[in-house]
Amino acid sequence: MPTRRQAYETRVKRRSAVIAGGSTLGVLAAIVLLVPLAPGWPGVKKSFFNAEVFAKTFPGLLDAFVWDVAIFLWSAPLIFLLGLLIALARDARSPALYPLRLFGMFYTDIFRGVPVILVIYLIGFGIPGLGLPRPWNSPFIWGTVALVLTYSAYVAEVFRTGIESVHQSQRAAAASLGLVNKDVMRYVILPQAIRKVVPANMNLFIALQKDVALLSFIGPVEIFRQAGVYKSLLANFTPYVGAALIFLAITIPATRYADYLLAKQLRERT
Amino acid sequence: MRLLLTTILSSLVATGAFAQNYCAAGKTLLDNKLTVATGNPAYFPWVMDDAPESKNGFEAAVVYAVANEMGFADSAVVWTRSSFDQAIQPGVKDFDFNVQQFSITPERDEIVDFSAPYYAAAMAVLTRKTVVDKGADTSIGALKGLIWGADANTTAVPMLADIVQPDKEPLLYGDNADVVEAMKANQIDAALFDLPTALYLSAVVLEDGVVLGQFPAERSENPDEFGLLFEEGNPLKECVDAALETLKQNGTLAALETEWLSATTGVPVIE
Amino acid sequence: MAFLETRRLTKSFGKNTVCNSIDLRVDKGELVCLIGASGSGKSTLLKCLNLLEPIDDGEIFLDGEDISIPGLDPQPVRKRIGIVFQSYNLFPHMTAAENVMLAPRRLHKRSRDDLLPQVTELFSRFGLKDQMQHYPEQLSGGQQQRVAIVRALAMRPEIMLFDEITSALDPELVGEVLDVLRQLRSKGMTMILATHEMGFARELADKVCFLDGGVILEEGPPETVFTQPTEVRTREFLARVL
Repeated sequence: MPTRRQAYETRVKRRSAVIAGGSTLGVLAAIVLLVPLAPGWPGVKKSFFNAEVFAKTFPGLLDAFVWDVAIFLWSAPLIFLLGLLIALARDARSPALYPLRLFGMFYTDIFRGVPVILVIYLIGFGIPGLGLPRPWNSPFIWGTVALVLTYSAYVAEVFRTGIESVHQSQRAAAASLGLVNKDVMRYVILPQAIRKVVPANMNLFIALQKDVALLSFIGPVEIFRQAGVYKSLLANFTPYVGAALIFLAITIPATRYADYLLAKQLRERT
Repeated sequence: MRLLLTTILSSLVATGAFAQNYCAAGKTLLDNKLTVATGNPAYFPWVMDDAPESKNGFEAAVVYAVANEMGFADSAVVWTRSSFDQAIQPGVKDFDFNVQQFSITPERDEIVDFSAPYYAAAMAVLTRKTVVDKGADTSIGALKGLIWGADANTTAVPMLADIVQPDKEPLLYGDNADVVEAMKANQIDAALFDLPTALYLSAVVLEDGVVLGQFPAERSENPDEFGLLFEEGNPLKECVDAALETLKQNGTLAALETEWLSATTGVPVIE
Repeated sequence: MAFLETRRLTKSFGKNTVCNSIDLRVDKGELVCLIGASGSGKSTLLKCLNLLEPIDDGEIFLDGEDISIPGLDPQPVRKRIGIVFQSYNLFPHMTAAENVMLAPRRLHKRSRDDLLPQVTELFSRFGLKDQMQHYPEQLSGGQQQRVAIVRALAMRPEIMLFDEITSALDPELVGEVLDVLRQLRSKGMTMILATHEMGFARELADKVCFLDGGVILEEGPPETVFTQPTEVRTREFLARVL
């Protein structure tokens, strides 16, 4: 026999479940039923949701996506390292290292202030244009450099927040044991800082996975460019929808996981 | 008296009153106006100096010839700009037709309509002197070994894959300017363009540019023919087709080709 | 000269003078207790002795050597002076054993394996053998504080400073930490203890210093200070805490 309180809570729970389910169904039904009534729907369907085009182009898109993943995989560790170095440069306390600190500041200001696509264009065409021999003028190399420069500026700021969020008492405790500054940073502050900013960094790396597609502007035929080629040949946007689906298959789980980590950290802190 | 007549006549022309008697009446976006879209920017030698209203350049000249043929005065031609994507997106268009070297393909024809072709383009290989010096010639074997680039929105892409079949995956770009930039950066050896574009780029844009040769139109499975692009089912198409047919018959089209694209003769053919 | 001695030690934060010309003398093997209200300067004094806070004026001598020369490298001095804080400050990403081994590994360049017997012995001595592989969050406050003491001891300091190390503990956990101090006392460790545990100070201290407003207002053997304080402020303070 449930208590009065339990009976009440069961009732409330059931009621909200019914309302939530009902409103979700209602919205879905409205989309599914109303959108096709729009006068332009047959055209949109043919151009964006064309099953035949989808089937024809999807395998090619998957092949091209391998480039996106590869570029991501070799960029991410470089971004992590450079971001860390820049964050450390910005934390340098000794006056001799002041130029380093200044550099770190300018670096993060500049690369966070310029759109990624501009950095990719300028570096991707500009530096090889100086006359580098092959294969050192490859757009893959300089596109990667552009991504690394831009993203490490963001990652550096995240790391810096992490470093600053480690309580001062941890520095004091480590220093009181006689550890030198370098060791305090390496063994005490950084391991905690890096852990604290994992969710924030994951969000950046998810954004990176998407921005890899911008390298297509300087030549590499990754998924976005491949989709563009199909679009142009078939005069149909369905390949873009296919590309979006492939991106989502990677980014949705990653985003969910980052949110989960963040929620977990919040729980632990309280 | 004569002055009066001219004035009346020209005002009739200006308001497009002529058009009323012709096929296009009531089929255009704006009454008595012909709205034509081209690229942003529009490239030489199709449109000179990115100014189609100057009537200079092959496509600009063709558009005015077609317009006049349909009964529109020059002043009734209204220019607008569009990207490739805007040209093929579903929905209402903001142009009567769009001209920017659209190759006619059956797949594209399912989504939009094309006029009869106004130009049959040979594809040409643009490269640099340094590449030629290193021994690149017009043999397919030599071409295979080059690093290729192309504008991703053109039929050059399938042509590369079908005819050249390069050893290395080609690099593709969003527009001509980027292809040239990549060539200057020595990231690609050669690029495939329609012949007039290739000639223009080699003469004006790329300092040591060379047109290595051309693929005659019949070499590709579907010869590359340019058509004016319409929204699917646009009734104006038949009027434009009729006008183009007339221009072809009376030699106007050929004359315009000679006037604007004459340099295309004498480029070696790739076997 | 005493083993640890300060002369006119002065420390201000902005306009607030926290230590005002303090003369403190601690002999080898002595346990000196600093008592006084919160904000009386006990904590700051300890941090100055460990060189975590630079002093504005005066001198600090450790075994006859001036360690307060401006610009002196603090690291070698800190190795000789251990300090334990109220809030434990264990490194949360390391196990208890790793917390203890970090400084010896880095400063004495000794390997984990090399250190393990000695560290195990330290943990056992303070009843923490089973907690060696635990992370700080898995330990009670009392256990964490004892690990913090072990961590400081592992550097074999010549003198230990304790900054209100029982203040953050639940009452039932205070005893186990004070037992550690008793043990150290019996081994002859030189110690300075800022504390609110008057009973402990009275039982074990060689000397009690009453700090008030940044000065040592009264000092002497615990019996004298606790039973016959000469200053009004001392009497008022003791009346409040006893």
